[in-house]
Amino acid sequence: MPARTSWIPYALIAPSVVFLAALFLVPLVQTIWLSFSAGEGLSLENYQRMAGDLNFALAVKNTFLLTLVVVPLQVVLALGMATMVTKLDKGRDLVLWVLTIPLGISDLAAGLAWLALLQNTGYLNSALYALGLIQGPTGWLSQETPVALFFAIVLAELWRATAIVLVILIAGLQLIPKEFAEAAEIFGAKPWTRFTRITLPLLKPSLQSALILRTVLAFEVFAVVYALGGRNFPVLAGEAYVWQNDNQNYGVAAAYAVLIMAISLAATAVYLRVLRTRPEQLP
Amino acid sequence: MTTSAAELSQTSTSRSMALPSARRLLLWTGLAVLIAWVLVPIYLVALGAFGGRLGVFRWPKSIWPTDLSFAAMSQFLAIEGVFNALVNSLIAAGLTVVFSIALGAPAGYALARYSFRGQNAYRLLVLLTRAFPLAILALPLTVSFIRLGLYDTPFGVSLIHTVLALPFAALVTQSLFMGIPREYEEAAWVFGCTRFQAFIKVILPLALPGLAATAIFAFVISWNEVFAASILTVRERTLTAYLLRILAESPLHYRFAGGFILIIPSVLFIFAVRRYLFAVWGIASK
Amino acid sequence: MADIVIDRVVKEFGSFRALQEVSLTVNDGEFVALLGPSGCGKTTLLRIIAGLETQTAGRVVIGGQDVSNLAPRKRGLAMVFQNYAVFPHMTVFENVAFGLRMQKATQADVKRKVERAAALLHIESYLDRYPAKLSGGQRQRVAVARALAVEPAVLLMDEPLSNLDALLRLEMRTELKAVLREAGTTTIYVTHDQTEAMGLADRIAVMYGGKIDQIGSPLEIYATPATRFVGGFIGSPPMNFIKVQCSQGTARIGDASLPCPLTAQSLELGLRGEDASLSPTGSGIPFDVRVVEPMGSHLLLTGSIDGQLARIVAPPTAQVNAGARVGLTVDPARVTWIDSGTGRAIARA
Repeated sequence: MPARTSWIPYALIAPSVVFLAALFLVPLVQTIWLSFSAGEGLSLENYQRMAGDLNFALAVKNTFLLTLVVVPLQVVLALGMATMVTKLDKGRDLVLWVLTIPLGISDLAAGLAWLALLQNTGYLNSALYALGLIQGPTGWLSQETPVALFFAIVLAELWRATAIVLVILIAGLQLIPKEFAEAAEIFGAKPWTRFTRITLPLLKPSLQSALILRTVLAFEVFAVVYALGGRNFPVLAGEAYVWQNDNQNYGVAAAYAVLIMAISLAATAVYLRVLRTRPEQLP
Repeated sequence: MTTSAAELSQTSTSRSMALPSARRLLLWTGLAVLIAWVLVPIYLVALGAFGGRLGVFRWPKSIWPTDLSFAAMSQFLAIEGVFNALVNSLIAAGLTVVFSIALGAPAGYALARYSFRGQNAYRLLVLLTRAFPLAILALPLTVSFIRLGLYDTPFGVSLIHTVLALPFAALVTQSLFMGIPREYEEAAWVFGCTRFQAFIKVILPLALPGLAATAIFAFVISWNEVFAASILTVRERTLTAYLLRILAESPLHYRFAGGFILIIPSVLFIFAVRRYLFAVWGIASK
Repeated sequence: MADIVIDRVVKEFGSFRALQEVSLTVNDGEFVALLGPSGCGKTTLLRIIAGLETQTAGRVVIGGQDVSNLAPRKRGLAMVFQNYAVFPHMTVFENVAFGLRMQKATQADVKRKVERAAALLHIESYLDRYPAKLSGGQRQRVAVARALAVEPAVLLMDEPLSNLDALLRLEMRTELKAVLREAGTTTIYVTHDQTEAMGLADRIAVMYGGKIDQIGSPLEIYATPATRFVGGFIGSPPMNFIKVQCSQGTARIGDASLPCPLTAQSLELGLRGEDASLSPTGSGIPFDVRVVEPMGSHLLLTGSIDGQLARIVAPPTAQVNAGARVGLTVDPARVTWIDSGTGRAIARA
């Protein structure tokens, strides 16, 4: 590029840099600072209050459990969907459109959709009643049925956020030249072998970004849980919301935020390390 | 020998699109299940939204639409604050679109067309945002937003939503502009355009569909966001924040009406951008 | 109409020197081809003339005006790009009219000039179509018409034919020459294809490693290459280079001898494949034929002279078998002597 125009790129990125500095980096530092400040000076008081809270252990356990169950299931489900869709020739676009609809649906709306299905007088119970499995309206989403509530949230999360994994994986699959699988086939690899030995390794970069995106979002999970179970199923982001809005205690809310960020960063680091692809291994 | 021949024929048919009818049936059954899995909850929330108070509490329920009415929906929209929340959501999402394109597209253009010192640092900043739960960052902003008069305004909400949408917009527009050959621009320069004229006359018309798709994604990101919107508003709530607030105390059919209104734009938007979906995510997830 | 003076232009990309003090003068109305392998700096030089790159040092003067620091649009030139860069969102008419519109020409003027350029390139019948509906060759014509419509003082062409298939390329080459002759525009044409350069240009500048190795008419460059590189790059088959011992003005190869210049320590004999003929008696320079390829118009013989690779062109009817040793006779006036140390040709006496 001509030397005389070298200021142009800086002028072009400057607004976004200023914006991100003001609304990403500053709040980031503020959150950390806020979490360590209580009264005068720095202390761990907020963290102690957070850890001492009745819901804390439960929220940590629930969030991790949810993430550990939902994210792997989503990847498996999305891989299955992607494999099926790539086998289609006609109707492919329509099927893809339907399968990706949840991509645009908010977690709150997803929670509400599944509430329609799973509430006491909902469609699931109606179906079970018709089959003679239950006697009348039955509650699944209360504190007394933690396992059922957990599964309801898992279902809603699978429904809502598998689409994003699917889209990332299909975008990744499109980048893999067909010749590789065909070459493997000629050398006698069966479909399953082709999938595990050719497709999966080449899909690693896409898998990595899908996992990072989904895991970070899973630790933020909040509205689905709230729509389905209210505070019956405490999660980290929900606790942060409660401390901020209901208890008006910004310090403890910030401590929760820092905890969520720390977990997210750690998870990202793990994915980057475990699923790293050496550049020379890319097609 | 015979087995290998059988294997050969099997693999060769699986490669071609002409699957044996049994496998074909299996494939379509699987897809039908998946399609139902996606569509049924939407259908049911729609039934809930238009079934009214009676429909919601009917027992046992029928999955067929019976005595549908717009009464519940219009009652819901008439509730104090709902319409206002809808308007706030639209304003916040509209502003998010404007900000994320206005800030992100120039950055995307710079990344696509120039190599400059600090380029990698900028990319890192953009990618770094992805490793953070961004909505959580609304927490400390409450205080400064109150001080600046941004608290409890759709404008303030749109700022934090722009943090969510901006990195996405920058990365997507980068590859959008990379897809437009530099030669077009150079030809425009040679034939008498200034840089700005060349951008307006040649690059912009070619980038417009992709920019529209990016804008729609930014809209959806803002429209759907719950956490930050709930933290940063009290009276001027967005629709998601409003629904979250009233969840506990409002009757089921209002919740379903709200859920339905939230879902509809997403369905339409995803349809509008379906051609770009994979390109966009292929890029944004690199 | 204008002449172009390129005065000691240097271009560095970081520590890499893409152009090292290139100087070149193109006369008014002249057609000069920049010919060289990829990476030789020819496209960089063209882009510096266009103003799309900025030179690290040196000047570009067009029609007496120093344009070194002017933006492309102020240089009064037109360009045809390698991938045509025909705007996909405009009709052919609007594409051809683009430069005129930027000059704020009147409506009538635009129409007249577009139609003239369209007629010249035979694209009148699809002026209202969009480029997506056109073939590569048709887009190529649109790109040239767009460039000629503005009646530029200088026309720059960057490998304009390289994306066409072989047959179309030949056709467009002939047509381009006729059109440009008529227009009489000063033209600089970048190509890596020697037949294009030979066929089109008044003069050819052969570039190698960021320098112009030789500039001259196609015939000069072919017959009297200034360097080992030029001889090897131009001509098919390329010139043969045979290391020989030269003592007291005579070089001996087998039982043949040639007069050689005394100036250099070690010499190479530069010999074009068609400048050697098979001697009927088998005497002369011994040539061991390894492969015989009948090319229709001639036989291509590949083998070795004095253990060194050589390709010789023989008449299509010659009776030569692989494995045979034949004798070659050479006209001493048609050989080039290269100083092995510098790679440069030794001036003829």
